[in-house]
Amino acid sequence: MKLTLWTYEGPPHVGAMRVATGMKGLHMVLHAPQGDTYADLLFTMIERRDHRPPVSYTTFQARDLGGDTAGLFRTACQDAYDRFRPEALIVAASCTAELIQDDPGGLAETMGLPVPVIPLELPSYQRKENFGCDEAFLQIARALARPMARTDAVSCNILGPTGLGFRHRDDVAEITALLNEMGVAVNVTAPMGARPSDIARMGTAHFNVLLYPETAESTARWAERELEQPFTRTVPLGTLATRAFIDEVRALSGSTRPVDENRLRQPWWASSVDSTYLTGKRVFIFGDGTHAMAAARIARDEMGFEVAGLGCYNREQARPLRALAREMGIEALVTDDYLDVERAIESAQPEMILGTQMERHIGKRLGIPCAVISAPVHVQDFPARYSPQMGFEGANVIFDTWVHPLVMGLEEHLLHMFREDFEFHDAAGPSHHGGHAPRRQESTTPAAQPAASAAAVSGGSMPPETAPAHLQTDLEDTAVVWLACAESELRKIPFFVRGKARRNTEAFAVQRGLARISVDTLYEAKAHYAR
Amino acid sequence: MTAPTPTGCRDAPVLKERGQREVFCGLTGIIWLHRKMQDAFFLVVGSRTCAHLLQSAAGVMIFAEPRFGTAILEEKDLAGMADAQAELDREVARLLDRRHDIRRLFLVGSCPSEVIKLDIGKAAERLSAAHAPHVQVLNYSGSGIETTFTEGEDACLAAMVPVLSESDRKELLLVGALPDVVEDQTLGLLDAIGVTPVRCLPARRAAEAPGVGSKTVFALTQPFLGETSAALVRRGARRIAAPFPFGAEGTTLWLKAVAAEFGIAPEVVDRVTAAPRARAAKAVSGAAETLRGKRIFFMPDSQLEIPLARFLTRECGMQAIEIGTPYLHTAIHGPELDLIEAGPRLSEGQDVDLQLDRVRAARPDLTVCGLGLANPLEAEGLATKWAIELVFTPIHFYEQAGDLAALFARPLRRRALLDRRAPRLEAAE
Repeated sequence: MKLTLWTYEGPPHVGAMRVATGMKGLHMVLHAPQGDTYADLLFTMIERRDHRPPVSYTTFQARDLGGDTAGLFRTACQDAYDRFRPEALIVAASCTAELIQDDPGGLAETMGLPVPVIPLELPSYQRKENFGCDEAFLQIARALARPMARTDAVSCNILGPTGLGFRHRDDVAEITALLNEMGVAVNVTAPMGARPSDIARMGTAHFNVLLYPETAESTARWAERELEQPFTRTVPLGTLATRAFIDEVRALSGSTRPVDENRLRQPWWASSVDSTYLTGKRVFIFGDGTHAMAAARIARDEMGFEVAGLGCYNREQARPLRALAREMGIEALVTDDYLDVERAIESAQPEMILGTQMERHIGKRLGIPCAVISAPVHVQDFPARYSPQMGFEGANVIFDTWVHPLVMGLEEHLLHMFREDFEFHDAAGPSHHGGHAPRRQESTTPAAQPAASAAAVSGGSMPPETAPAHLQTDLEDTAVVWLACAESELRKIPFFVRGKARRNTEAFAVQRGLARISVDTLYEAKAHYAR
Repeated sequence: MTAPTPTGCRDAPVLKERGQREVFCGLTGIIWLHRKMQDAFFLVVGSRTCAHLLQSAAGVMIFAEPRFGTAILEEKDLAGMADAQAELDREVARLLDRRHDIRRLFLVGSCPSEVIKLDIGKAAERLSAAHAPHVQVLNYSGSGIETTFTEGEDACLAAMVPVLSESDRKELLLVGALPDVVEDQTLGLLDAIGVTPVRCLPARRAAEAPGVGSKTVFALTQPFLGETSAALVRRGARRIAAPFPFGAEGTTLWLKAVAAEFGIAPEVVDRVTAAPRARAAKAVSGAAETLRGKRIFFMPDSQLEIPLARFLTRECGMQAIEIGTPYLHTAIHGPELDLIEAGPRLSEGQDVDLQLDRVRAARPDLTVCGLGLANPLEAEGLATKWAIELVFTPIHFYEQAGDLAALFARPLRRRALLDRRAPRLEAAE
C-alpha cells in the first residue's frame, strides 16, 4: 500500500478511454463498478468535448456480485453494439473487475458480434494511464492493420495523439502542415481522428511519425517490424528539434522541398538584447519524459537557461531522461510522488519551474514563477486559441509561455536600484502579475518560520497546519547562524534571487566551517559563486 | 405557485430501471465531509482509480493538502491478506505521525477493498485501540458497488452513530452536513423559535460530538440519510418527519414540524420567520420570472431531486417532466411526494441510454444532470444544470432560497444572452 494524495497518472483503463475517445467509429465496453463513469467528465469538462465518450460501462453493483456479472457484461456489449453500430469494439476490465475475473475478452469473443472485438489486458495494480494508451493503441493496430502496398506518392502516418493529450490537437495540425509543405502526405493520424477502417490502411504509408512516445511507441515498433515502416525518433519540440525532425523526414521520404521558416520568430526573440537577462536563469523541469527532455534541451540550447533540475513521473522514460540529466551534470528525478518533487524544487531554489499542473501549485506555494509544459493539466491548458507545442509555431508559443511568468528585464533592474522604495519593494512582486503576485517564501532559517506557516495558510482554504516534517528537519539541520546585519543585507537583495543567495551563502559557510554568516561572508560567497 | 393539491405524487407508479448508471460513487462525499469535520482525515483503501476519482472530483482543492488520501492497493497487497492489514497499520501510523491535528480517522472502503473482502472494520477496531485516546478510527464503505454519490455521507454518518455517547436529555439533533453559514442560520432560527438544546451530526470537531438516547429527536436536513436515520432509531432516537428545508415553503414546513415536537405552536414559527420568509419569497421571485412555465427533467444523482422538484414546481412555477432519483426511500421522500402535483414521471435507478432517449424525445427546457452528460446535451441544443453544484453550494433554508432558484435560472438566462448576440452553433451529429 502506498498513501497517495495526488497522482500524475490515472489508472490504465483511463488511458484506453483516451484512445477510444480520440478515435471515431470505435466503441469501448468497460467492465467496471458503478461510479467509474466519473472518467467521462475528464473528456466532457477538461477537454470540453461536445459528445459523450464512446464508452459503455457495465456499472455492476454489490447485488450483482453474487449473480451473473458475466451476463451483465455480455448484455452491455450487445446493447453497445446495437445502439452505436461501431466498426470495432475494444473491451477491458477496470481495477475492480480485474479482481472478479470475468475475462471480458473471452466473453465478448463468444458472442459472435459481426465486428472485430479487441480485448485489452490492463494490469491496474502495476501500470498506469500512459501504459493504457500505449497498450490499447498497440492492440487495435495489431488486430486491424496489415502489410499493404505503399501509396504511390510518399506518405506517412502520424502516431500518438489521443483524447485528453496536452496540445495534441494543435500539434497534429502543425506537423501535418509541415509534412505537407515537404510534400509528404499524411495517410492516417491515429488514434486521434482515426476510424478502425483507417487503422486497417495504416500499412499503405511509407513511414511513421511518432509524435508521442508515451502513447504510441509500442505501435511504432510493432509497425516497424510487421509493416516494415521505419519511424521518426526526433520529437519536433523546439526549433532545433524541429529542424532535426525535418532532416529525419527528408531522409525517410527523399523530400528535398525547402521549408519556409519565415514565421519562426523564437530564435530572433531569444537572441534579441531584450532576452539577455534570461541568461543563466535556473529552471527546474518536470513532466512526462518526452516533454521534460525536450524542454531541457530548449531551455539550455535555445533559451540560454541553466537546467537546475530535471525529472519525469513516467518510469517508461526513465532511462533516456537519466542519460540527458547526466549530460547536463544533474541528477534525474524519477518519481510519481509530488512531495518528492516539491522537496527537490525547494532544495534547488530555481528561478523558474517548467512542469505540470501540480508544479504550478508548488510554484505558487513557494513563490516561484512557473509555466506548464506537460500533462496532467487543467481546463485552462486546453485553450480555444491555436497553441501547439511542436514545430515552428510551437517554438513561438513556447517562447511566449516560458518568458511571460518571469520578471521582465527592466523591472528586474529597477528592483535592484530601488529596492527600498515604498511602492516598488519586493513584496509587491512582478507588476504584470497584478495585485495577486505571490510573496517569496524563505524557508531555511528560524527567522523565516512565520513565513513558512503563512505559506501553509496561503496553500488554500485549509486551517493552518504544522510545518511539513521535512521543513522542520531542514530548520534543525541548519547549524549556521545569520548575524542580524547579514540578514538585513540579504533582505536588500531582490526577492527572486534571494533564495539562491541564501542557499549559496549557507553552503559556502558550511564548506568553510563557519558558524556565523556576516555581511562579509555574504559577499565572499557572492564572489565565490560569481559567473 | 400552485396551491397544495390533494393529488400528490406519493402513489404514482415508479419506473424502475437497471442498466448503465452515470453516477458518482460514495467516495465523492469525502470532498465536502472533510471540510465539515475539521479534525477528521478520510483514508480511502482502494486503487489508483479511487485516487484519480477524488482528484478529478476535488479539482483544485487537492492542492491545499486536504485531509483525505488514498492508500493504493498494490499487486503484493492482493496476494496475501495478512500483509494488507500490516501495510494499512504502517501507512496509518505514518499518516498520524505527520498530522497531529487529526482526531478522527475514517477508513473508507472502496470497490477493490470490498471485493477482496479486506476487513477494514477489524482494522478500524485494532487501530482505534492502538491510537487511543488521541485518535478515534472508524470505517464505512464509499464503494460504487454499494453507494451512490451522497450515500457516501449517509454511510459515514451512520458509522458514527454507534460510538456516540449515551444521552438522556431531550435534545434536537440536526442530521446532515451543512455549510457552516447555513448551520449557524438554522441554529439561530431554532433558538428564536424556542427549540433547545440543539446539536449537530456531524459536529465540526470530535469534541463537540452529540450524545444520543431514547429522548433524542432528530430532523434530517438532507434526503439521502436513510441508513443514518435507521442507525439513530436503533439507538432509541425518533425521527421528525418533514419535507426538506429547500425554499421558503420547505423551510417553514420543516421548522413547524420540529417546533410541534417541542410543543411550540405554528403561529410562533410564523411570527419568528416572517421577515426571512418575506426575504426568501422576494429573492425567489426574481429567478422565478425566468423559470415559470419551463419544463425540467431530472436525471438521477443525489436524491435531492425530489425535494428540488417540489421547490421548483411549487415556488418557481416550473413543470417537471421526469424526476429521476438513484434511490427512492418512500418513508423519507413521502412528505415531499405528497406536495408534488401529479403528472411527472418518477424514476428510480437508471439505464442512461434509455433515459437520454426520453430526454431527447421530451426536449425539456432544462435538464439536471452530471458533468459527463452536461456538455454533450448542451451541444445537442438542450440547456443543462449540472447537479454536483447542488451539493457543494449552500442551498438550504430561507436565506439561500434565492440562490437555489438562481442556480436553475442561470443556465437559461445565459442561453438567452448568448442567443441574442450570435446564432448558436448547430450540434454536429
